[in-house]
Amino acid sequence: MLKRSKLNLALILMLAIAAVAVTARTPGTNPNEIVIANFSFEPATLTVKAGTTVTWVNRDDEPHTATANDKRFNSKTLDTGDRFSQKFDAPGVYNYYCALHPHMTGKIIVK
Amino acid sequence: MSDKLERRSFLKCMAWAGTGIVWAMNGGVLGSSELVLGAKSKSRFNFVQISDSHIGFNKDPNHDVTKTLQEAVDKINALADEPAFVIHTGDITHLSRAEEFDTAAQVLKGVKTSKMFYVPGEHDVFTDEGQLYRERFARGTQGQGWQSFDYEGVHFIGLVNVLNLKQGSGTGLGGSGFGQLGQDQLAWLKNDVKGLSSSTPVVVFAHIPLWTIYPEWGWGTDESEQALSYLKRFGSVTVLNGHVHQILQKVEGNVVFHTARSTAFPQPAPGTAPAPGPIKDVPADKLRSMLGLTDVSSVSNGNRLAVIDSTLA
Repeated sequence: MLKRSKLNLALILMLAIAAVAVTARTPGTNPNEIVIANFSFEPATLTVKAGTTVTWVNRDDEPHTATANDKRFNSKTLDTGDRFSQKFDAPGVYNYYCALHPHMTGKIIVK
Repeated sequence: MSDKLERRSFLKCMAWAGTGIVWAMNGGVLGSSELVLGAKSKSRFNFVQISDSHIGFNKDPNHDVTKTLQEAVDKINALADEPAFVIHTGDITHLSRAEEFDTAAQVLKGVKTSKMFYVPGEHDVFTDEGQLYRERFARGTQGQGWQSFDYEGVHFIGLVNVLNLKQGSGTGLGGSGFGQLGQDQLAWLKNDVKGLSSSTPVVVFAHIPLWTIYPEWGWGTDESEQALSYLKRFGSVTVLNGHVHQILQKVEGNVVFHTARSTAFPQPAPGTAPAPGPIKDVPADKLRSMLGLTDVSSVSNGNRLAVIDSTLA
């Protein structure tokens, strides 16, 4: 009896750990959210319908920005945990980068 | 392979390994690249470079960057010879906030020297194209903050390469993600050195390295080759940079490139981590051995320039 409950407990723990691991890997429930982590935008390319609001969230310890190449939008400083949202009405390709680390690049494709 | 070349590649390897050794440039080590000061100059002088104080940063591995900047200032003030001036090669602040600039200015006011010179880092200019920075730290400079001055026969040039950064990486499509000098500044530079004799020793300082260290992280400067082409005829050019938070060094002909440690936090050696940024897991008792300052001086007989890095440990 004791053995079985121990086994069950172990199983529950394993499942719980697995669930946490899966959650941690998923960027978020919002498909229009871009996570900034490890000096990269994830996903680097996001395709959305016209009229969609896209949100960036900085999960890095370093500050970043989401700045359009043509400066059409600019998040300004995003410190750890900060968010920035931008609505995309017109179809097109919007290239952006981090103004502090310009090797970090991303793209929004609006259809 | 000649002895000289072997020595050169040995130095390069040591620099790239990021070892915390003390660099002393003199004839015995750097051979033909030894830095010759103007023959006329008899007096000995030294100046100090500090960099990347990142005031406002408050995460691992350093929750008190104001304190470590203060320690760097104390170290400068404890030098046997008071520096003629002190150069800060940028990233004074972490987020270009007014209060961060204020704190930095307050601490740096305590430096015992007659003058401070600054060039901005991208962290000082990215929110307002450098307006706050220029108001406080760029008095007497030209254009967007570049400058030159002469001291004891040496010509000093401060360049700004953190404005108008363009997206991209050195390995991908688009721009390089590198530092930018811009045509206005290049034209100014060309004109600035025009009247100088080729025997004038030149010291150039700028935030982002003026040679390509690691394109994947944007560690390089566009148009740096053009800038250096204007300096080619000079017998001795020393380039002092920050940005990478570690000592890296390269010798190319008459040009010595040198990057300084940060006073705030170390960054990984090129390519040794998935991304640049602070090395977080530094034990508290190790941190100060990874921070520091650079003392540049003419050696006693007055015809050489020595670059000596020391840590805050």
